[in-house]
Amino acid sequence: MSDTIQTKAPAPRRRLNLHVLGPVLALIALIALGASLNSNFLSYGNVTNVLARSSFIGIIAVGMTFVITAGGIDLSVGSMAAFVAGVMIMSMNALVPVLGIGVALVLAGMGVALIAGLAAGLLNGVLIAKVRIEAFIVTLGAMGVYRSLVTWLADGGTLSLNFDARSFYRPVYYDGILGVTWPIIVFAVVAILGELVMRHTPFGRHCAALGANEQVARYSAIKVDRLRMATYVVLGVLVGLATIMYVPRLGSASGSTGVLWELEAIAAVIIGGTVLKGGYGRVWGTVVGVLILSLIDNILNLASIVSPYLNGAIQGVIVVLAVVLQREGKSTD
Amino acid sequence: MGELVSPVLEGRGIIRRFGPIQVLHGVDFALNAGEVHALIGENGAGKSTMMKILGGYLAPSEGELLLDGTPVRFADQRQAEAAGILMIHQEFNLALQLSVEENIFLGRELRRGPFLDKAAMQDAARDLLARLDCHVDPRTRIRDLSVPNRQMVEIARALGRQARVLIMDEPTAVLTNRETDTLLTQIDRLRESGTAILYTSHKLDEIRRIADRVTVLRDGTQVLSREAEGFSEDQMAEAMVGRELSDLFPAKAIPQDEVVLEVEGLSVPGRVRDASFTLRRGEVLGFAGLVGAGRTELMEGIVGLRAATGQVRVMGKPLKPGSVLAAREAGLVYLTEDRKEKGLLLGKDLTQNLTLLALDRFGRLRIDKAGEDRALSTAIKEFDIRVNDRAMLAGSLSGATSKSYCWPRPCWRSPRSSSSTSRRAASTSAPNNRFTSSSPPSPPLARA
Repeated sequence: MSDTIQTKAPAPRRRLNLHVLGPVLALIALIALGASLNSNFLSYGNVTNVLARSSFIGIIAVGMTFVITAGGIDLSVGSMAAFVAGVMIMSMNALVPVLGIGVALVLAGMGVALIAGLAAGLLNGVLIAKVRIEAFIVTLGAMGVYRSLVTWLADGGTLSLNFDARSFYRPVYYDGILGVTWPIIVFAVVAILGELVMRHTPFGRHCAALGANEQVARYSAIKVDRLRMATYVVLGVLVGLATIMYVPRLGSASGSTGVLWELEAIAAVIIGGTVLKGGYGRVWGTVVGVLILSLIDNILNLASIVSPYLNGAIQGVIVVLAVVLQREGKSTD
Repeated sequence: MGELVSPVLEGRGIIRRFGPIQVLHGVDFALNAGEVHALIGENGAGKSTMMKILGGYLAPSEGELLLDGTPVRFADQRQAEAAGILMIHQEFNLALQLSVEENIFLGRELRRGPFLDKAAMQDAARDLLARLDCHVDPRTRIRDLSVPNRQMVEIARALGRQARVLIMDEPTAVLTNRETDTLLTQIDRLRESGTAILYTSHKLDEIRRIADRVTVLRDGTQVLSREAEGFSEDQMAEAMVGRELSDLFPAKAIPQDEVVLEVEGLSVPGRVRDASFTLRRGEVLGFAGLVGAGRTELMEGIVGLRAATGQVRVMGKPLKPGSVLAAREAGLVYLTEDRKEKGLLLGKDLTQNLTLLALDRFGRLRIDKAGEDRALSTAIKEFDIRVNDRAMLAGSLSGATSKSYCWPRPCWRSPRSSSSTSRRAASTSAPNNRFTSSSPPSPPLARA
């Protein structure tokens, strides 16, 4: 008769392996490469610049980590950011005569951005969790709608913030505490909170359960629909927050704002080790993923070995490579 | 306890229909506190449906459920669970990517403030598992666990939820004898603490050992319900089948000498090591073993669905390894155990499913629809497939019917010379012989 083998009984606990270390090693390698190619790479100015530019995608990618961990996807975040920026700028311009130039105006603008982001996320969430339309379809539709709306609001051109308001708002992007600019601080806070929520609260654990097996989650008395909706709402609010940090940088929004942000955010999440099919996610990995993507861009711009135009190609290869390296063998059954 | 205690959970005149098919025909079933009530019957007798109704996963079409003597309707399983009714599933209800501890506490996590109290949960999980003599690290992910250990986690999860009623759907199907002993001891403990337990198993010796009452289902009808005392295994089997056991199976045909399938030193990495056997024309070869012992993997290795090393010869000719197509050409046909996932395209109709494997025989460019239709007629007649509507989708077949429907599919494939081969070969791969306690535990399993 056949001699059969059972699956190994005493399974080793999660080991420190390539899945965990891979992205970190890649990041270290990139930093070493960057430093060896250009002495300015590790300068205060460059580091701040890279981190600040990563922060928009980073904040969004943290939210995306929850959506993907729970087995969803959101393709609309880039367009949503552009739309939220447009709405924010128009509201602030309209409020200048009422509130004048000052803190109140900026706070009102921020409120509008957060509410717009929340509403957009809620709309996605309701359509996906309650109306039960595929997340891919809903957010693909939303992506087109928001992109078109912002172009229409700008009448094909650019929506610009009132000049005085812009000067007043600018420091939110360029200033900070102890030489760390606000976008970096906000990104760090969002990332730390995200990591805590993912790893140490029932919400994070339920997201993983939902992504791993919806049936199991349902049978475990988890309110699956509400949870799924919540992931999109969280992401929407974070898109609003990212927009708040983005608008003071240029003070404008147009049809080309936030183009491909959704793909960069998704790529960062995947590079960071979150499973695209859901069931497992790690926020710190996403942060590493975001930094890897920005550093590649930065290194190509600083060093002149490879054309910066090939940035997208290199990023694309890295995403595929990350997934190949992190593949956890064949499923057991 | 007094005499007039009403059952904790009772179903009266339970009828359940799935579309036009009636699966339960008025079943009465009562679970008393501190009692193990076994529900037995052949595959397709309606046990699973009955359990799902009691567990709140399905609503009865007619009839009523009583909880502590008062009628209830569970809108969903969550309400049943809130009432203390828990079901341990035959198909594992665990999230593979999550850890043991995460699964055990899913949906009722312990916390300290807003955060999870992981240390407490891990300790509690370890304690629960220790009660089952299962010593896996609570931090292990379920996907890295063996099948018996997964079953133990599933049971630990129910233990941790302080069930008043525990419904166990064949919990020992995947356990070795020793593990089964541990489980039965735990069931004894639960019984003593006053839990009402519904227990099902195909292993009748277990039923003898553990049950206080036995209810037998056959074709969705309750055959009898009695004290387990003095109910022998033979009597149980007879009640389940409704015939004398002696005519359970037709007389065996005598195999001929010609060897049609030879497997030599076949290994499927990580699953099967060095399997060799031969199969003669007209022979039925059975493979016994627990779930996860490697039977399915061996069969998949033979027909080229899994990477395997070793040699397979059909009618003396070596089979190209790793090619389903080559196996098909050689007349080797594999009938899957899992009809819903791998066997049938549930959303397609009967004809399309029937001829999928042999579509090239129904026209290369244009599919011969009339020929397909004739094939379906023949299949329905020859294999006694009970369908009301020939245009129905495969997904709407009942469990038992879909099984009989799977049979004729390979036959359209059969090349002239070895048609019996394919059918016989297929029969080795249907390892569903869990009928009595006769299937021995698998041989000591080799470690990788």
